[in-house]
Amino acid sequence: MTRLEAHALSVDLGNRRVLDRVGLSLVPGRLTAIVGPNGAGKTTLLRALAGLQPPGEGDVTLDGVSVSRMPATACARSIAYLPQGGGVAWPLPVLSVVALGRLPHGERPEALSGRGREAVETAIRSVGLEGFEGRPVTALSGGERARVLLARALATQAPVLLADEPVAALDPRHQLIVLDRLKALARDGATVAVIMHDLTLAARFADDILFMQQGRIAAFGSPEEVLTEERLASGFGIAARVLREAGRVVVVAEGPLPRA
Amino acid sequence: MSRSPSPLIVGLTLLIAVLAGASLAIGPARIPLATAVEALVSDRGAASIVVREIRLPRTLLALMTGWILGLAGAGLQGLLRNPLADTAVFGAPQASAFGAVLVIYSGLVGTLSWALPFAAIAGALLSIALVVAVAGRSATIVVLVLAGLAVGSLAGAGTSLAISLSPNPFAVTEIVFWLLGSFEDRSMTHVLLASPFILLATILILSAASGLRALALGEETALSLGVGVARLRGLIVAGAAIGTGACVAVAGSIGFVGLVAPHLVRPLIGYDPARTLVPAGLAGAALLLAADCAVRLIPSAGEVKVGVLTALLGVPFFLWVIARRKAELAETPA
Repeated sequence: MTRLEAHALSVDLGNRRVLDRVGLSLVPGRLTAIVGPNGAGKTTLLRALAGLQPPGEGDVTLDGVSVSRMPATACARSIAYLPQGGGVAWPLPVLSVVALGRLPHGERPEALSGRGREAVETAIRSVGLEGFEGRPVTALSGGERARVLLARALATQAPVLLADEPVAALDPRHQLIVLDRLKALARDGATVAVIMHDLTLAARFADDILFMQQGRIAAFGSPEEVLTEERLASGFGIAARVLREAGRVVVVAEGPLPRA
Repeated sequence: MSRSPSPLIVGLTLLIAVLAGASLAIGPARIPLATAVEALVSDRGAASIVVREIRLPRTLLALMTGWILGLAGAGLQGLLRNPLADTAVFGAPQASAFGAVLVIYSGLVGTLSWALPFAAIAGALLSIALVVAVAGRSATIVVLVLAGLAVGSLAGAGTSLAISLSPNPFAVTEIVFWLLGSFEDRSMTHVLLASPFILLATILILSAASGLRALALGEETALSLGVGVARLRGLIVAGAAIGTGACVAVAGSIGFVGLVAPHLVRPLIGYDPARTLVPAGLAGAALLLAADCAVRLIPSAGEVKVGVLTALLGVPFFLWVIARRKAELAETPA
């Protein structure tokens, strides 16, 4: 089982402390939504967890092994990472882009193994892009491209998936499809962490919500515990109503609060 | 997954063979193709001397420099995720020429010394490093081109300074003609001088191939897929600089082959930057062989320099690519 942990993790970018002694444990079978205001350190945390941002202090471990000491390809096989709003430089066909997810397994896009081909096909199906395989990715809409890139991350079939705002560019239908898919992935035993801004969606799909604020974890727990009107006021500076209906948490933002 | 490269590679290789044959047969002395090929392998008197000592070095140099310029262009375009990247855009040929001119000008060594390729390579490396350092890693293509323009102009000014300060008018003429880029009057010594560097550059660039595909999705994604992006950048920049330096050292400055060659093969092979490399190198070789045959056929008092011809054809092509892609170029980060 794959447990991804941060131990007193601090990161400085320039003169600014972006992450401040963050400790957390992401466990298999759970979908964690990382929320928080802009500049709270969400992306830096995700990059550090993926082994892409060397920790200033502290450490990130995958089943007890320091991520920074793992060979790059071993790390890539274990942790799939989807950056925010990534573009594709060349008009490559969708199939080739998704097949790049097999690179950590030493499989080149034109020479996939049987298992690799199956992983690529499953990934394309799971984001609803069947029939798009031969289309150049640069000719797709923003939302379609976002799904191609997610499929690329899924095709790796890594036990850990870290995604930075994977549904931000999607229409409501595809937001639901993609989050359903990520939830199913977690149910199948993967460790999934996703940065999100839509708190209602986060509350609906996430098992745990990690609330970041000024480089620290302000709260970690179930959506009911974490998403309170007080925390939204102090964390985001907004007046919001948190409605709890039939086991669902719905966040209705009313307006910005005056700065204290 | 996608079309196999072999038919294109086979086709380009055949084209190169035909052009190489033409290159051996074309020249002031009329030697039919069959005789030229025979003269190459067996002693046919004067024909053998012409073919082996005058035309063969020329053919080999055009082939080698075309190959490495095409390969380096495709490598840089893949690395920077930009179809307008080329060693010329970095001011590398100008800087390379400046390094070489300094060596010639210093009078310490003639044009056939090992110091020449090293100086040319150092110039190319320095210019690319300077452009990347000034423009930064996430520079837009506009910043990159401007930095390249500045570095190229600086190197050009340095070369002009060296020429204008030269006390020897014959040396000046020699430098100026050499700068124009040509395969005229080259010997097997030039071929031997350039080959190890071109071979090394080829190995460096080709060893970066598989990482280039992942880089199409950006540095961050490439890193997360286990690709050593810093190593990849080093391999391609070093390969492009060493290749450019070697070419400039033996053939003067020949631009735009690296820009054009990848564009010629992409409609046939697709946009995968890794799969563009070898066909682009072959297309570059074919282009330069053809250009070098053409300059021998254009009726004129003296021979038109091949570097002048590639620039005359390459610059309009460069403008055409810009015109076609200006919308995306405005926002494409390099």
